[in-house]
Amino acid sequence: MEIIDNGIRPDHQVIFDMIEQGARVLDLGCGTGDLLHLLAGDKDARVQGIELDEKAIYECVKKGLSVCQSDIESGLTEYPDGSFDYVILNQSLQEIKKVSFLLREALRVGEKVIVGFPNFAHLDARFCLFFGGKAPMTPSLPNRWYETPNVRFLSIGDFRSFCAEKGFAVEKACFLNGRKTITFWPNLRALNSIFLLSLQGGRRPYGKGDGVAGPETPPDREASA
Amino acid sequence: MESLLKTETQSTETGPEGDCHSLGIVETQYYTFAEPPEALKLESGETLGPVTLAYETYGTLNRERSNAILVLHALSGDAHAAGFHRGEEAPGWWDAMIGPGKPFDTDRYFVICSNVIGGCKGSTGPSSLDPRTGKPYGAEFPFITIADMVHAQRHLIDFLGIEKLLCVAGGSMGGMQALQWVASYPERVRSAIPVATALKHSPQQIAFNEVGRQSIMADPAWREGNYYETGQPERGLSVARMIGHITFMSDRSMEAKFSRKLKKGKLSFNFDADFEVEGYLRYRGANFVKRFDANSYLYITKAMDYFDLSGGKLINGRAVDTRFLVISFQSDWLYPAYQSQEIVRQLKLKQVDATYCELKSTYGHDAFLVELEGQTTLIHHFLEKTYLGERNGNGNHR
Repeated sequence: MEIIDNGIRPDHQVIFDMIEQGARVLDLGCGTGDLLHLLAGDKDARVQGIELDEKAIYECVKKGLSVCQSDIESGLTEYPDGSFDYVILNQSLQEIKKVSFLLREALRVGEKVIVGFPNFAHLDARFCLFFGGKAPMTPSLPNRWYETPNVRFLSIGDFRSFCAEKGFAVEKACFLNGRKTITFWPNLRALNSIFLLSLQGGRRPYGKGDGVAGPETPPDREASA
Repeated sequence: MESLLKTETQSTETGPEGDCHSLGIVETQYYTFAEPPEALKLESGETLGPVTLAYETYGTLNRERSNAILVLHALSGDAHAAGFHRGEEAPGWWDAMIGPGKPFDTDRYFVICSNVIGGCKGSTGPSSLDPRTGKPYGAEFPFITIADMVHAQRHLIDFLGIEKLLCVAGGSMGGMQALQWVASYPERVRSAIPVATALKHSPQQIAFNEVGRQSIMADPAWREGNYYETGQPERGLSVARMIGHITFMSDRSMEAKFSRKLKKGKLSFNFDADFEVEGYLRYRGANFVKRFDANSYLYITKAMDYFDLSGGKLINGRAVDTRFLVISFQSDWLYPAYQSQEIVRQLKLKQVDATYCELKSTYGHDAFLVELEGQTTLIHHFLEKTYLGERNGNGNHR
């Protein structure tokens, strides 16, 4: 299936469609704020962004967005539990060191979390590695190994296992190859993926500790007991 | 009333530079209130009255009275924020930011700047005459706080007929006043721009202020504050100012400005100012004593040290719909970025709409006056969006 080209980035369109009218949204690594601007304008969403780059922040302010300069790795401690309906982590997960800590933080301050990342196991990437013997470069992984901001290299399959292990329920998943949505063999054919996550058994705050030291068992099992 | 609001400070004359973005010639105005027995009640429990505030205004208040911005000055600032006083070559202290087409665009907004109480630039302070004695207050002047300064400004804003300010903005102590406005009168402030400031002074900041105060009080000319007939403690005050200037700069900006350059090309082997940095500090100190009152320096630095809106006192309970733009500067070690981040943290905890940016700069604390590019972009757009009330992306959780 093809996503109609209306000038909106396909991953933005997918995320846009996941979010309902009037939702409270926090975008971690919001860049120049295109997605938030779209959500605020067309979905009347109440939006906030976090971004590290100064020039990107200027662009957000020009759009009338509220954005705070911060490193998302340091967590979201200043936000009370359940401050948002959606927390977005699009195309920044692969640049994060403390992945489970940040996702737990995101699921503490947001009811649902939308995660988008490039698929490291796409066919092209496999070719690069298998036949070329070189670090993969694909349209969604465009940088050479010595220039990439990415520190995590994961596939759709990896992320599914990770969610199962951590007790994150996958409510929706969408796989993209350019503007095409992929349904068959996404781990082989999709360049990008977008997951809608919630905590299994409903949201239950994890506390503010470091994710590494957090409980090993997913919270839902305790919550439903 | 209307004639008063069509500000007398405005003029079609261009400034000495002939610049179309300049406000041209402006004048300071004065408002006196709190005549006893209606004297201003101070946080210390004492009273002060009558109170005069020196202020300037630029631009025109609109019919809805919705375009008023209060700009707040730092420790040694005054009401003269922009434009030129007749016969003077230097413009007001934030002239780069206030004027036609500038971020605080006087074609669009009505900009007010008021001198603080305790000051010496036309507002009631220790050098003013005490009506009870007919002599300057000196050390008899009551202790004032940032909240008292803001309380006095509120009287001025009432007098100007403004119910809700579009914005309160200022750097350093001006930022403290902006924060205090939100703490004291949240319903009267649509937005706030605290720049290079803090919710409270750290021990380091208090320490620098204390050294400045000690320097003044150790000068025999201080005479327990009663020096108005004998001349002020110039040596003490100039040293206090020199310390101030060191804290306003960064290691890098001092290196760039002075390095180890010698004034006369060679060492003098005496205690004259050999290095350019020494000459600069002496010059700054000597200039300062001509324009600033030592007792005002004591009272105002004390007010800054007393200021404390930490621990939830900034947003105290009531629902606040004030939008914030918080700005800090990378090389500012006097008001480091972590202090601005703490402001932002408090705002997020109370779900108040906030934008924060730490701007790149090597100028240290001085950056808020000289590092214009980032501030211009952020403030211009932030104000415009606030003014137009554009809901797009207005991340309020109301």
